Amino acid sequence: MNWFTLSPEEWNAVRLSVKVATWAMFASLPLAIAVAMILARTNFWGKSLLNGLVHLPLVLPPVVTGYLLLLTFGRRGLAGAFLAEHFGLVFSFRWTGAALACAVMGFPLMVRAIRLSIETIDRKLEQAASTLGANPAWVFATVTLPLMLPGIIAGMILCFAKAMGEFGATITFVSNIPGETQTLPSAIYTFTQVPDGDANALRLTAVSVIISLVALVASEVLARRVGQRVAE
Amino acid sequence: MSISVAIRHQLGRFALDVSFESRGRLTALFGPSGCGKTSVINIIAGLIRADVARITIRGDVLADTAQGLWLPAHRRRIGYVFQDSRLFPHLSVRQNLGYGRWFTPKPGRYADEASVVDMLGLAKLLERKPQQLSGGEKQRVALGRALLQSPRLLLMDEPLASLDEARKLDVMPYIERLRDELKIPIIYVSHSPAEVARLATDVVLMAEGRVLRSGAAGDVLPAIASAGDDYSREAGSLLEMRVAGHDPETGLTTLQFAGGVAFVTGPVAARNTQVRVLVRATDVMLATVRPKGISALNILGGKVESIVEDGASADAVLRVGDARLTARLTRHSVQQLGLKPGKTAYAIVKAMSVKTPTRLPSVADAQGADARP
Repeated sequence: MNWFTLSPEEWNAVRLSVKVATWAMFASLPLAIAVAMILARTNFWGKSLLNGLVHLPLVLPPVVTGYLLLLTFGRRGLAGAFLAEHFGLVFSFRWTGAALACAVMGFPLMVRAIRLSIETIDRKLEQAASTLGANPAWVFATVTLPLMLPGIIAGMILCFAKAMGEFGATITFVSNIPGETQTLPSAIYTFTQVPDGDANALRLTAVSVIISLVALVASEVLARRVGQRVAE
Repeated sequence: MSISVAIRHQLGRFALDVSFESRGRLTALFGPSGCGKTSVINIIAGLIRADVARITIRGDVLADTAQGLWLPAHRRRIGYVFQDSRLFPHLSVRQNLGYGRWFTPKPGRYADEASVVDMLGLAKLLERKPQQLSGGEKQRVALGRALLQSPRLLLMDEPLASLDEARKLDVMPYIERLRDELKIPIIYVSHSPAEVARLATDVVLMAEGRVLRSGAAGDVLPAIASAGDDYSREAGSLLEMRVAGHDPETGLTTLQFAGGVAFVTGPVAARNTQVRVLVRATDVMLATVRPKGISALNILGGKVESIVEDGASADAVLRVGDARLTARLTRHSVQQLGLKPGKTAYAIVKAMSVKTPTRLPSVADAQGADARP
């Protein structure tokens, strides 16, 4: 029993998890910023509905979220059929589906963190920028966005961490196919279900702990640097 | 230098109805807190959209709601110095200064970075972050940032209000220098009579969302006397004088103006410096004959121009040379002396304060003073 080398199968699960989590994090970022801006800055009829919808994955059982995803983004789901036909984008039983499930589960965490940092921005600074000749797009790019950077980083890390650990929605939506949709948690779960799988499960658990710790420490360092840059 | 502003705007239950024109270099919007001064300049800057407004600067129309014209703030090229400086915390002083310049189209750029940095004494601060600056330094950087966008009008919203007395004196000379050297008009919001007396060439006197009076500083400042209790303690006149000489033996400085000569104690400024002298209305007595055997040094003869009665007291305005001097008297004395417009009278001035040595402290001085915690 070797403690320090992973089998090709285990490596697959690690690589896949990192890939899925990275995609989930970056692909949902623009939408998360937009939704956070809308929730923090505007008032409209149905705002609490949008707010509820965004936060739904946080309170629903992950299996339910996964099943809803299967219904909408599956082969025969409304959105799934449309995307497959017009864009060749297939989610069901593919790693892209795992990424979608992770993005949906991490989305509320990301929006929350970004929204909080938007709410701390002094809007008078944006007024000052407009008197200096910056149009609204430039004000957003040169003042608002840099000042909400700490929230964006925190949100991205939370989303990444959530994606690395996502299990219920992923396994319900895209199943547990080694090399395609078997992420770290699914692989660990599989090993715990077979005899003599304990060592494999432990090794993957250690890998999982290490990745999570590295991500956390990196985010701390990054957040502190950015925080110093934008501190009042 | 001409600015023309006409605004009507409803802010909740507060109605703003303001119009004024000015050709002055520095026009002060003067009035008590909450009278709508800041709303007026926010509308001029385009930060608040007014219900009805027509705003022109040197013939350029920035807003004319009757024609459906309303330039957004970022297209007005109006420099705005806020009371709370509003420097961008994520940018260095240098980047803050360059921010507005970057958005100004090249043909419109007239401000030169080196000379603005020099004029405001910012050279040593360029690499710092705003949070490492003192209050006075922040306001100077904010001034520089507004100037470097090459604005066609500079708005200043109580830029000294957040500073303590010593810092105010540090920053004030820089504002005087802008007033005297810039080719663009300045609108300066203040509720401090001392600042207005020292800085303004023109004054728009406001109360409760309306203009009470506007015109040249020397004409409007006496009217502050009749603007209600808020000002009565501060009611006074502003006289432009020239330093004629200082006698070290008596310790007196002689000041000259069209209405005669005046004496103040202590050396004030170098010979031939133009200074402004503020005389409080309560420090002036009137006599119908030139008094003799009196300790007061300053006796100025003139003709009564107007008398405004208010309860038991009355403000008499005396024309002295080309200046006006307001005296706070009792209505009883006005009757006893038979004072009326056109009559000759002598003003006995008990105290006067000199407001402007237009001297600019050297850059090193100012920075040294600012660096104190």
